[in-house]
Amino acid sequence: MKWHELRVGQELEPFVKPPIDKVQLVKYAGASGDFNLIHTDEETAKKSGLPGVIAHGMLSMGFLGQMLAQIAGDDGFVSRLQVRFTGMVFPGDVITCKAKVTAKDEDKRTVDFFVAAEKENGQPATVGSATIQFYK
Amino acid sequence: MIDRSQIGSRSEVREFEVEKGAIRAFANAIGDDNPLYHDEAYARARGFASLVAPPTFPATFRMPKPPVLESLELRRTLHGEQEFTYTRPIVAGDILRCVNVLTDIYEREGKQGGKMVFFILETRGEDLEGNLVFTSKTTIIYR
Repeated sequence: MKWHELRVGQELEPFVKPPIDKVQLVKYAGASGDFNLIHTDEETAKKSGLPGVIAHGMLSMGFLGQMLAQIAGDDGFVSRLQVRFTGMVFPGDVITCKAKVTAKDEDKRTVDFFVAAEKENGQPATVGSATIQFYK
Repeated sequence: MIDRSQIGSRSEVREFEVEKGAIRAFANAIGDDNPLYHDEAYARARGFASLVAPPTFPATFRMPKPPVLESLELRRTLHGEQEFTYTRPIVAGDILRCVNVLTDIYEREGKQGGKMVFFILETRGEDLEGNLVFTSKTTIIYR
């Protein structure tokens, strides 16, 4: 989006990801180097007291990064992304990413956002804030 | 557990070379088809030296953990919070020198009672000229 299209208080169009599947978790483990088996191996997940494998929190954070880079387009880049991991995500879950403009700094040419990755029931999995630095 | 003398403990410096294939594989795993991450000609036409890395890409830079974190039981450990900040986007071809520092350890009462210990780990990544490119702040919770 363009700098002038963003205004404080604006809620952006939610960004819905396809359901997470186990292959995606294996791919993310391989690409990121996070080989904690609670993300890819049912037996290990269950031994750890989980109902089954859970998605990497960093994957949901990655979805938020995807949404923000789309908002920035060719006009800026994601200069900050901060999240708290608040809920577990399982294979089959559909994550919806949301963003709301919280501040705009004309001098620095930055836009701040509240961001959240939510499950179908509206339960937040990953919540935080972000900044896009627009090119001057 | 709350050995506050560990605060300030610093890892060795590790160098990471950002490769095009690693960027594409990481973007594919997220399911992110942004052409900046896949199409080098597209990224170049927009002023970048090569492919651009997604905002969470430093997750691929596997850094040594401070000894106090290595000693934790994995199943009682949670990744509580994460932050990345950038002075510019990371691009393929970057060689980043990374070092992490355990900047804080503190204890809090858990919601269901019992103590939780918070460890704050900060990583800085600089280019070969010593310019800061990114910082990462990770909060690890031990229950």
